[in-house]
Amino acid sequence: MIHNFVKISAVVICAIGLSACGQKTPGAYGKLGDVIGAKPGDVSDPTSLAYFQQTIGDRVLFTVNESTLGQDAIDVLDGQANWLIQNTQYVVTVEGHADEQGTREYNLALGARRASAVQNYLVSRGIADNRVNTLTYGKERPIEICSTEVCWSQNRRAVTVVNTNLGS
Amino acid sequence: MIKYCMTYLCAALAIMTLMFSEVTAQTKPLRIEITQGVVEPMPFAAPVFVAENTAARKYAQELTAVLAADLVGTGLFREIPNAAHISKVTNFNAPVQFADWKAINAQALITGAVSVSGNKLIVKFRLFDVFAQTALGDGLQFVATTNSMRRMSHKVADAVYSRLTGETGYFDSRVVYIAEEGPKNNRQKRLALMDYDGANVRYLTDASSIVLSPRFSPNAREIIYTSYETGSPRVFLMNVDTLKRRILGDQPAMAFAPRFSPDGTKVVMSLSERGNADIFMVEVATGQKKRLTSSPAIDTAPSFSPDGSKIVFESDRSGGQQIYVMSVKGGSAKRISSGSGRYGTPVWSPRGDMIAFTKLNKGRFHIGVMRTDGSREKLLTASFLDEGPTWSPNGRVLMFFRETAGANGAPSIYSVDITGRNLRKVKTPTFGSDPAWSKLLK
Repeated sequence: MIHNFVKISAVVICAIGLSACGQKTPGAYGKLGDVIGAKPGDVSDPTSLAYFQQTIGDRVLFTVNESTLGQDAIDVLDGQANWLIQNTQYVVTVEGHADEQGTREYNLALGARRASAVQNYLVSRGIADNRVNTLTYGKERPIEICSTEVCWSQNRRAVTVVNTNLGS
Repeated sequence: MIKYCMTYLCAALAIMTLMFSEVTAQTKPLRIEITQGVVEPMPFAAPVFVAENTAARKYAQELTAVLAADLVGTGLFREIPNAAHISKVTNFNAPVQFADWKAINAQALITGAVSVSGNKLIVKFRLFDVFAQTALGDGLQFVATTNSMRRMSHKVADAVYSRLTGETGYFDSRVVYIAEEGPKNNRQKRLALMDYDGANVRYLTDASSIVLSPRFSPNAREIIYTSYETGSPRVFLMNVDTLKRRILGDQPAMAFAPRFSPDGTKVVMSLSERGNADIFMVEVATGQKKRLTSSPAIDTAPSFSPDGSKIVFESDRSGGQQIYVMSVKGGSAKRISSGSGRYGTPVWSPRGDMIAFTKLNKGRFHIGVMRTDGSREKLLTASFLDEGPTWSPNGRVLMFFRETAGANGAPSIYSVDITGRNLRKVKTPTFGSDPAWSKLLK
């Protein structure tokens, strides 16, 4: 019971503050680790969301106006697919984004196309169709805000968001 | 009422033109040709309208100022300030002292009177050609509730504009847009409504969901827009008065880029299924849906021709974004854009003669216009990011939004004449994007 509680708590904490999960703060997690002999939710736990996000990588990047997956992207997505095969309790939403150098509606369509490219690849690697949803944000949710290629290249992305609402 | 006067006016102008050419050969008729762009604005005087009773005093000043601002804002007219006036108009029916207005070179003179009766505001005005010493059209009277004062100013300005240019006006109109606030990586967006000049801003949604690209129904009572209210982009229909809203029809996939048909019974939009955006037509009343395109490319940003027979849209079926025209029934589409760069967001002019668009070329964005066959392309603006033109009710002016570059970059709404002149920022309380202009209000 305690074990379950700890596990769920860790997931909830992850959902609330991903960056907090990413930082190794011994004070916060040391005690949980002592109880269950591992560090659930920590990046070193291969079943954790932090591991998915940071070690495997939760996002792939695209070139201008393109939705084709380069080798870097495929390497990341292979890792995502393997993780999803191991962690069958999760479904994901792939969120497609564009940089600001495009018109709003085209970028919505482009984001959808990028999300779909990732979805298709994950499905081709054996993930059930109904475990991978897609969503587009077009140019509505940039993470980098400068107006040069340094930022634009980070914004042309598809992020695989693990849905934690289902619990275990 | 305005329509009647305009008919009358054409005759009046015709007579006037004749008179000028015979009597004063070197004076041009009092008419501005707005198609060529106006380098020298026509000087006019608009002395503060006469308050005919005490209650009207508080309206007279602002009412006159708003109509003068409308005219000056076109770039076609220049106001001669009240301080320079020799004559003071204290009686609406007293004979005009043309010599006094001629002395300060006021070519057009607008006189008016305002009175209040209960909650009704009564506005009368006359327009004169000072040099010809004659009235231009009949006097007009508008009656409305006192809280419609700005609309009455706009109606007077529309009548004056119409008499002096031969075109219908565009001042008594509204714009629906997206009000934006907050930093670039956490932008809050609200659906907002304003008068064409930025006055009377009203927010229609809160900032809890992303809202995008709103457009008016033909009678401006309803707005169609994209919202993330359900978690993913869906096209909503909202009543402006009740703010009641609903998802339009069955939208199994992501939906965006909606626009009404000219009769308001249909909406065209993009539905993206498995990463492929195609164009669909949806019946407003029944939600019945019909596919219009089926290419594997991105097909989006559809806009009806004003006669309802054709649809212009953008597609990257040939590689980059380009503009295409197809029948309202769908089927084959003809590409009309042919210059270098990419073309998006086509919008058919209410006059039917032109298509406005956004052009992306060599890292710059432009607003431009072209004939409906793609010929005579003309770029009107250039900046880091200009996007999303919308036509004034008379098809002579475009509004669009301009976003500045960098970490503090933000959008503002601008207007520009289709001649490329008179670029102006529309003042809004917050950042603004995605403007859509209504037709003239009834």
